[in-house]
Amino acid sequence: MLVALRTALTRLGAAVTAGVWRLGYGARFFGYLILHSGTAFRRFRLTMREIYFGGVLSLIIILVSGLFVGMVLALQGYETLQRYGASEALGVLVALSLVRELGPVVAGLLFASRAGSAITAEIGLMKATEQLSAMEMMAVDPVARVVAPRFWGGVISMPLLAALFSAMGIFGGYLVGVVLIGVDEGAFWSQMQAAVDVRNDILNGVIKSVVFGFAVTLIAVFEGYDAPPTAEGVSGATTRTVVTSSLAILALDFVLTALMFTGGA
Amino acid sequence: MADSHIAVIEDLSFAYDRRPVLHGIGLKIPRGKVVAVMGQSGCGKTTLLRIIAAALMPTRGRARVLGSDTSTLDRDGLYALRRRMGMLFQFGALFTDMSVFDNVAFQMREHTDLPEDAIRDLVLLKLEAVGLRGAAQRMPGELSGGMARRVALARAIALDPQLILYDEPFTGLDPIALGVIARLVRQLNDSLGATSIIVTHDVAETLPLVDYVYFMAEGRVIAEGTADEVRRSGVAFVEQFVSGAIDGPVPFHYPAAGYEADLGFAAAA
Repeated sequence: MLVALRTALTRLGAAVTAGVWRLGYGARFFGYLILHSGTAFRRFRLTMREIYFGGVLSLIIILVSGLFVGMVLALQGYETLQRYGASEALGVLVALSLVRELGPVVAGLLFASRAGSAITAEIGLMKATEQLSAMEMMAVDPVARVVAPRFWGGVISMPLLAALFSAMGIFGGYLVGVVLIGVDEGAFWSQMQAAVDVRNDILNGVIKSVVFGFAVTLIAVFEGYDAPPTAEGVSGATTRTVVTSSLAILALDFVLTALMFTGGA
Repeated sequence: MADSHIAVIEDLSFAYDRRPVLHGIGLKIPRGKVVAVMGQSGCGKTTLLRIIAAALMPTRGRARVLGSDTSTLDRDGLYALRRRMGMLFQFGALFTDMSVFDNVAFQMREHTDLPEDAIRDLVLLKLEAVGLRGAAQRMPGELSGGMARRVALARAIALDPQLILYDEPFTGLDPIALGVIARLVRQLNDSLGATSIIVTHDVAETLPLVDYVYFMAEGRVIAEGTADEVRRSGVAFVEQFVSGAIDGPVPFHYPAAGYEADLGFAAAA
């Protein structure tokens, strides 16, 4: 009994120590990455390439998902609003849901699955095939040359993808609400225009998407850089990127929402 | 006098965490020569190469490479040292998202302000030296193992290094590719006026090629000399290694309990 308790406590202690150590290592990695980000901006072509791979190639999944989410929102919203005779407010409901919450969150989750996992796998495989070591041996810092452009490429792409997701979602809501169901087009757009505030709604949504971009891309590059250089190691790191990023997005969303949208603003 | 040696290792020991790998190693690499470090897999020769490349730091003793004690260098000092070295990794380690041309041009673009025209000429010159000028626009995934190794060699000599390090350059190559790489190692070393250190366990290709050999076993240097001297050294391990005998100081059987006992006969008797 005592031995089992001791073993359990030892394991718990080891797990906590390992977690804290990894957190510290991640923080040091982040600091080093920021300090060595000069190349990503001096040679912006490198970052542009990553914006293409992480952002442009994610467009299809972001746009199609945004369209369907907007369409579903309109269908569900109309069902509820019409009970209270407020179906003209459908545009407001769709726009606020997307701009404040669903745009940044769902785009972030999709970005983590599509681009985050690709970033981790690419950096992890570069490590496993000694490409990062080769770079080090050529006196080229892999953090500055490989990691930083991918990090900033992701940070720049994410808010743009979230904005496009929201825009596409609103268009989807318009298609279902106005074209299919027959909600008044003027009311749909004018109420939306009147109710959506640039600072309180759009800017806060943009801030969320920037924070999610930082979180997802940092997790992705860290997991890739820290991956054990084996097939199993890279596969595990890729899975961890998707799981940790998704949880980070949802947790950060709660914190940001509590800070932004409570307090009677 | 120190200048006659490009690398000097003195009483060097190294451990991964608490697992010792190298014990009191001492060796000197003469300038302009091709030197091999040979031994079984796991004897610590690749670790030694990484210490010479300043990718690992010794836990005791020192490694003096190109005039610098590697353990006293900061990051900028290490990078300055590595600009004077080239390294060929075991499987080439080519950048898979870049063409052959861009792989060879990589260091020139990173470390020099040369115009693109000059880089183009230099890259073609390096590729011509390894016989792959015609493959300049191919991607690494389109190359055979031997071709990839030759491109990696062209990349390693891109900035005319003073010291070229080879980590198992012959592993996994067919006899023709193997012969080509062996010839290139010697030829490039002599034409560039460089010094080469080859870490390998390939006896047949290496001994005729090199000027000097260090043999390692269990993290220690057990024999050294020219190819003929080590062949005649009389050290049992070296003789087994060179001849490829299946039994000797390195036994065929991994240590185990008695065979009869394992099969259950001893108990029955």
